[in-house]
Amino acid sequence: MSETVTKTEPVSRPDARAEESATVSAETLARLLLAHERPPRPSALAASTAFGWRAMLKIKHVPEQLFDVTAFPVMLVLMYTFLFGGALDDSPQEYVQFLLPGMLVMSVVMITMYTGIAINTDIVRGVFDRFRTLPIWRPSPMVGYLLGDMLRYAVASVVILTVGLILGFRPAGGVLGTLAGVCLLLVFSFAFSWVWTMLGLLLRSEKAVMGASMMVVFPLTFLSSVFVDPGTMPGWLQAFVNNSPVTHLCEAVRGLMAGSWPSTEIGWVLGWAGLFVLIFGPVTMRLYGRR
Amino acid sequence: MTRRSSAFAIETSGLVKTFGDERAVDGIDLTVAPGTVYGVLGPNGAGKTTCVKMLATLLRPDAGEARIFGQDVVREAQAVRSCVSLTGQYASLDEDLTGAENLILLGRLLGHGRSAARARAEQLLDAFVLTKAASRQVRTYSGGMRRRLDIAASILNTPDLLFLDEPTTGLDPRSRNQVWEIVRAIVAQGTTVLLTTQYLDEADQLAARIAVIDHGRVIAEGTNGELKASVGAGSVHLRLRDAAQRPEAERLLGACLNVPVQRDADPLALTARVSGSQGESAGQASRALAELARSGIAVDNFSLGQPGLDEVFLALTGDSAQHAEGAAA
Repeated sequence: MSETVTKTEPVSRPDARAEESATVSAETLARLLLAHERPPRPSALAASTAFGWRAMLKIKHVPEQLFDVTAFPVMLVLMYTFLFGGALDDSPQEYVQFLLPGMLVMSVVMITMYTGIAINTDIVRGVFDRFRTLPIWRPSPMVGYLLGDMLRYAVASVVILTVGLILGFRPAGGVLGTLAGVCLLLVFSFAFSWVWTMLGLLLRSEKAVMGASMMVVFPLTFLSSVFVDPGTMPGWLQAFVNNSPVTHLCEAVRGLMAGSWPSTEIGWVLGWAGLFVLIFGPVTMRLYGRR
Repeated sequence: MTRRSSAFAIETSGLVKTFGDERAVDGIDLTVAPGTVYGVLGPNGAGKTTCVKMLATLLRPDAGEARIFGQDVVREAQAVRSCVSLTGQYASLDEDLTGAENLILLGRLLGHGRSAARARAEQLLDAFVLTKAASRQVRTYSGGMRRRLDIAASILNTPDLLFLDEPTTGLDPRSRNQVWEIVRAIVAQGTTVLLTTQYLDEADQLAARIAVIDHGRVIAEGTNGELKASVGAGSVHLRLRDAAQRPEAERLLGACLNVPVQRDADPLALTARVSGSQGESAGQASRALAELARSGIAVDNFSLGQPGLDEVFLALTGDSAQHAEGAAA
């Protein structure tokens, strides 16, 4: 974020007029064009980090976009802890031990869908056309987005954990177990986001992307073990819930934070993550190439 | 430079792109010599943007072939991308970022290191008179500033071929002149420019050769002069001193030029289209003028107008550019 060119004279109206009418010097331009050095293509990593830097800059210039990773998760945690706490467990204090890892998973999985909307906005505004004419590693704009989003997810995780600690959440796994849980969540979110990049490229408007994303994310997060033990559900629903990637993720994160090592669940989560990347990554790139 | 030897900057044959039932580009053949401005002229919806997008590797052609400096736009797309730049119809900039950040980002993506990208950005902002606005978000820029930044972004690495898709649409006359100056400066340094426009005078001002396209097809191609010659040399405009003499003047002029003469709304004025080369038409016009003088018809004002590309378009499409635009919109 330190790379801004800083020419910080405040722009007053007469100045604005001057830059409107200023004439471009053909000589200066000619000198620039003659400095005809064309560096080699950037590596895949360099291109992706450049796009990651862009995502950081966007957060810096439009900090309101962090609302969904700060205020929104706080609201969810408070709402569900006190709404269900008494009914589902002895007290909100008890329930938060069970709920918090689930809330963390649900909030982060839910906010991953903004990736698709951001990509769609870029396409509509035309800036994607510029990126697509560059000789760079093709997936780098998408990967850059996801790198920027990882920061958002990390912010959301910190916010939710802080609220949890205030409400009395005491993870037995300690700092390490909690960190491990967050890392697994970030890995899954990165992989899962390729669903949204695909939708962002496939659908025509921001509203359509939003609508379709809701259709995916609501059933997926609610029909899981985020709120309650799946054992309390009817058999047919259990069949779905027990095999949902979000349930596996939820169980794995809950286990890690509780200080155990749920290797089967972690295996499932990584398997799902791999599957998402392998299926939706190539579909995304196909759509990106075809547009 | 990855440029491979080829006689042409652009070579297309039978380029086709369909969207549903609509053939947006319907078999376009173009050859563009390097180091020149080539104008693609047509009304809205003629297929100009679709054509440019295919050449810039943004759209895949449904049929036909296109080569940029000998490299195929589909099979060698990455090689093509490293020697072309596109300034699209809508500024392809990130509105949330500042002008400087936009250029630094592109510099990094084109392989420059941090400091080199920043230095290049500063030079470009300076050359395009945007230094004062460098640290402002692009969303606060005026149309002209946006367009200048967009072009600056396109020449971050001096391209061999620059696509300018309607670069002056929506700009005020001053900004338009600025863009024209920039285009001239860029071509003077050896870059080939493919310029699409719906403004006839823009093609006339900038382009060495022009292709007129309509409904996805090239309906005429040539230098400005060739296109004008294909419709005739121009028109003779007369303004008489006495309205009563107009019928007589009309008869004489018609006989002399051997073309139909038009009565203008002004009761003193007459207009006639003249055919043949410019030299011939000047001769014909002066003979007509002498004939009128001999018959005692006083002429207050006389002019021999060059045909505009407007007239070319009218003659080629059988419709005026404005009308065609209205129909396409």
